[in-house]
Amino acid sequence: MRYSGFRVLKEALTGHKGWKPAWRDPAPKPHYDIVVIGGGGHGLATAYYLAKVFGKANVAVLEKGWIGGGNVGRNTTIVRSNYLLDGNEPFYEFSMKLWEGLEQDFNFNAMISQRGVLNLCHTDAQRDAFRRRGNAMRLNGVDAELLDTEGVRRMAPFLNFESARFPIKGGLLQPRGGTVRHDAVAWGYARGADERGVDILQNCEVTGFRIENGVCKGVETTRGFIGAGTVGVAVAGSSGRVMAKAGMRLPIESHVLQAFVSEGLKPLLPGVITYGAGHFYVSQSDKGGLVFGGDIDGYNSYAQRGNLPVVEDVCEGGMSLMPMIGRAKLLRMWGGIMDMSMDGSPIIDRTDVEGLYFNGGWCYGGFKATPASGWAFAHLLATGTSHETATAYRFDRFRKGLMIDEKGVGAQPNLH
Amino acid sequence: MIIPHPLLGPRDSQEFTYLGDASLIERPDWQADNAVDQFHDYLYLRDNPAGAHRELWFHEQGDRSWLVVTRDTVTHEIISAELARDVAKAKGRSK
Repeated sequence: MRYSGFRVLKEALTGHKGWKPAWRDPAPKPHYDIVVIGGGGHGLATAYYLAKVFGKANVAVLEKGWIGGGNVGRNTTIVRSNYLLDGNEPFYEFSMKLWEGLEQDFNFNAMISQRGVLNLCHTDAQRDAFRRRGNAMRLNGVDAELLDTEGVRRMAPFLNFESARFPIKGGLLQPRGGTVRHDAVAWGYARGADERGVDILQNCEVTGFRIENGVCKGVETTRGFIGAGTVGVAVAGSSGRVMAKAGMRLPIESHVLQAFVSEGLKPLLPGVITYGAGHFYVSQSDKGGLVFGGDIDGYNSYAQRGNLPVVEDVCEGGMSLMPMIGRAKLLRMWGGIMDMSMDGSPIIDRTDVEGLYFNGGWCYGGFKATPASGWAFAHLLATGTSHETATAYRFDRFRKGLMIDEKGVGAQPNLH
Repeated sequence: MIIPHPLLGPRDSQEFTYLGDASLIERPDWQADNAVDQFHDYLYLRDNPAGAHRELWFHEQGDRSWLVVTRDTVTHEIISAELARDVAKAKGRSK
């Protein structure tokens, strides 16, 4: 056994010199059957499921920096499957089920905590919309519970119920939603993939694609040319940059989303709570910090930091919902780059170049989708056909008018 | 971010709302044979560059003019701002 209480004790007495890296640092081979670009949650999950479920071991994951250094390490760790539309809900529920078995599956403690996700509503119309969404969830076999004001008060008595402008009329609760230790997801998938023979190549940036007669033969990287039978791109916020090297324009804009952590507080929040009158969502980490976020800044950005107007806006949302947090100090804040698609839903599809596949457009919902995205992308790379829960995530849905527009705001990425 | 408005001088970006890539000025010809393809690309596809980006900002809390702002998407540095009207006129889009 690699990790145990006894081992911790033994290493403590011997200067912690016996620990070994959890995955190898191999040199790139000249050719792989499948190359996955992007060593984040989705890329590593893809490699893991390729090896484990689809029996593909000759696989490499290319990462320009270090694995798990992008959005999988920069999110607010919330997992849920409370979607309305048929194109989305079965996929996210598939993801939720994978989360529920993930720790046993890859034998790594991801601290998956199904503490519930509560969306608050503040008007009658909003409650009607929640009832509709809850019914759609139940029709897809997902747990959903509509709470009235008293139900919410029992769960979270500290909320600002007396607000004259935005009284809390109730909420939609998904008890199975919750939070996950996000870095452990990347590490667990990486170790599982590595154990099954996948080469994880860090500090290996893709600089171009070698495309001959419409067929992708491999990728040029900072560590030399790597040939590949199939190339899958899962690079989230860098999607536009990477796919431009293959001559493609995407229905995606990159935007910055900020997230925040307060100083550690005593146990306070029962689960994830989202404000329905502003954009504010909050949970409490196991260390006690309040982890929260709000809207994207709203303009194209590749800078992994945002600006102060959104900081103010998010904190106003928090103060309006939970005035008691006013004295808590902000400990850290950071930004991640979101690949905002035109209808707010992702793309897992082949491209016009044979052998080149794309996974992206996750907007700011990528983390919860990690297991299903990896599985569905592995399915596509290994079999050439879409996974049954991901058939709607096509490039041509924009041309055909088959958008999956949960919010109904049209082709406007900064509103999703 | 401070946007150097060509008429009003430096203004806080909070006074503006953001639309997106300035290519949205170049609305395709609806009578063209391949209008469907052109409108698909116009409406949905973006260059999404890392670096200099020309984009449309609307001075909603100010003089309600549309600006074409050139901004670096990696550093958030604003390089220039011009009236969208002038840009459109130079392209022969407006009278």
